[in-house]
Amino acid sequence: MTFNPGAVLAPSIDWLNANFHGVFAVVTQVIETVLGGIESALLVLPAGAVIAIVVVLAFFAAGLWVAVLALGCLGFCWIGGLWQASMQTIALVVVAVAIAVAIAFPLGILAARRARVEATLRPVLDVMQTVPPWVYLIPAVMIFSLGRVPAIIATIVYGIPPMLRLTTLAFRGVPNDLKELGQAIGAKPRTILWKIELPAAMPTLLVGLNQCILLSLAMVVLAGLVGAGGLGAEVTRGLTRMEMGLGLRAGLAIVAVAVLVDRLTRGALDPKPQLP
Amino acid sequence: MESNEVLIDCRSVWKVFGERSREAIGAITGRGLGKQQVLREFGCVVGVSDASLQVRRGEIFCVMGLSGSGKSTLIRLLNRLIEPSLGTVTVKGRDIAAMDAATLRETRARHIGMVFQSVALLPQRTVLENAAFGLEVQGVGREDRNRAAEAALAKVGLSDWIQRYPRELSGGMQQRVGLARALTADPEIILMDEPFSALDPLIRRQLQDEFRQLAKDLGKSAVFITHDLDEAIRIGDRIAIMKDGVIIQDGTAEQIVMNPADQYVVDFVAGISRLHLVKAHSVMIPVDQWRRQWPGVSLDSLPQCSPDADIDALIGKITGTGSDAIAIADNGRIVGVVTTRSLLLGVRGDAEPRAAA
Repeated sequence: MTFNPGAVLAPSIDWLNANFHGVFAVVTQVIETVLGGIESALLVLPAGAVIAIVVVLAFFAAGLWVAVLALGCLGFCWIGGLWQASMQTIALVVVAVAIAVAIAFPLGILAARRARVEATLRPVLDVMQTVPPWVYLIPAVMIFSLGRVPAIIATIVYGIPPMLRLTTLAFRGVPNDLKELGQAIGAKPRTILWKIELPAAMPTLLVGLNQCILLSLAMVVLAGLVGAGGLGAEVTRGLTRMEMGLGLRAGLAIVAVAVLVDRLTRGALDPKPQLP
Repeated sequence: MESNEVLIDCRSVWKVFGERSREAIGAITGRGLGKQQVLREFGCVVGVSDASLQVRRGEIFCVMGLSGSGKSTLIRLLNRLIEPSLGTVTVKGRDIAAMDAATLRETRARHIGMVFQSVALLPQRTVLENAAFGLEVQGVGREDRNRAAEAALAKVGLSDWIQRYPRELSGGMQQRVGLARALTADPEIILMDEPFSALDPLIRRQLQDEFRQLAKDLGKSAVFITHDLDEAIRIGDRIAIMKDGVIIQDGTAEQIVMNPADQYVVDFVAGISRLHLVKAHSVMIPVDQWRRQWPGVSLDSLPQCSPDADIDALIGKITGTGSDAIAIADNGRIVGVVTTRSLLLGVRGDAEPRAAA
């Protein structure tokens, strides 16, 4: 006897497609618009100017070393002839991470407060993390067809678990006496959340954000398979044409972007004068 | 500043922890079960059992107990950080269990300050911002709250440190910030949950004296939790001794030392120096008993002390004057006599047996 969950899932996705086409069209439209906006914002200035701005910002936000690193990483993308693809990838990651955080952050807080919510979410997260990521691409493509939108959807699904888990961990880890303090001075629950819990949870939250960004980057590259464009498309092209040079260049550009994003978030989010 | 106005009135309060606490409470009220039976029948831990206490305006009330005695639970029942299972707690005449969330917040913000053993300072905020935090969450404007916080920090001697971060301060200074934060909101009652326990002995004594002075100067009432009887005696106007969730004795330090309620208290007070604790009125013998023992000596020839003179002062008087006895005069009337014998018994913590020959 065999059991094929796809036999159940495929018709339901067809049904969704037939009956909620309008909804998906709107989603596609919104994501495409935001994505296009960010992409053109990144590409409107010449590459040299963008690099200069990032380097200066990195210097003030995270110090000299990160600024030098930013120069090296972005410089590599530029001279490697992959500037446009890199910016497209960064735009994809920004949108995917923003949406993943918007979903994972409130759910993570809820899971930290209620054991039952966490118990319900945990197996779902386990599945989300262990299913090979390109499996998400199939239904995403079935619903949204090829392009950047299914790539983003699959990336969001992949980016949610680390952010959600670490949000829960971060809020669990807020010292009880700080929460008691909030209650004892008569603070409202919302005030306790924003002024006591959030600052105390921040270091762990930042780790979550960092993980979310890096995993999203990995997924966005994979999504080159479904026509997401960007560096993923270059890698795919290198693979299908067996072009070692292109594949390697695109691969190294991805590493450069990943290292840059990682150091930038860590540096900017680990401020020197504050937080012990 | 001391008056008879009761600010916190805690009556027969119980706190039962555990999944079956509701049933356990039913059994306590219905069948009069005790702590042990509750644990055996329902698997519930009784944190506080039938505790009653009253804190009056201007009074420092110490609750002394070892870890696990329920003292930290008890203090949290007073501002409803923990909900009582049974019994009532009234603050300034209002039952806090009946308050809605907004009223409870208002009461905590305005009337009951709290200082924690762990200090609980927010690391990303300066000393000033920490001290002003209570007013900040109440929505007081920056200038007003900073002014109040600066005044409170000045009272605890931290005026030069207001722009520093907590991690730059020593443990003792951090706890001063905690105290200043509680004072900034100007509550009538301050709950002190083992505030000085983590400090080294010298700093601790200094803070104890300062805290008592400050509380008395400002007319604050305080409930002060400690596991250290010396501390309770130094600070407290009255002391309650807790064991296994039960208040086994309460009274002034002198009452507790001179008349311990049971062997547990006896053991506790054994090491306590009586020199400054026990007063003349507790060790003196009646005048006629003294006359019978020393028929030839005139009462007027004896040096005199007040009934509030402590043993240390009495020893000073006896060694200084060379007399064997001191007449204790209250408003010019002689109410008793302290002899060297009664004084020695007092040092040991025993009262002179009244009928002794």
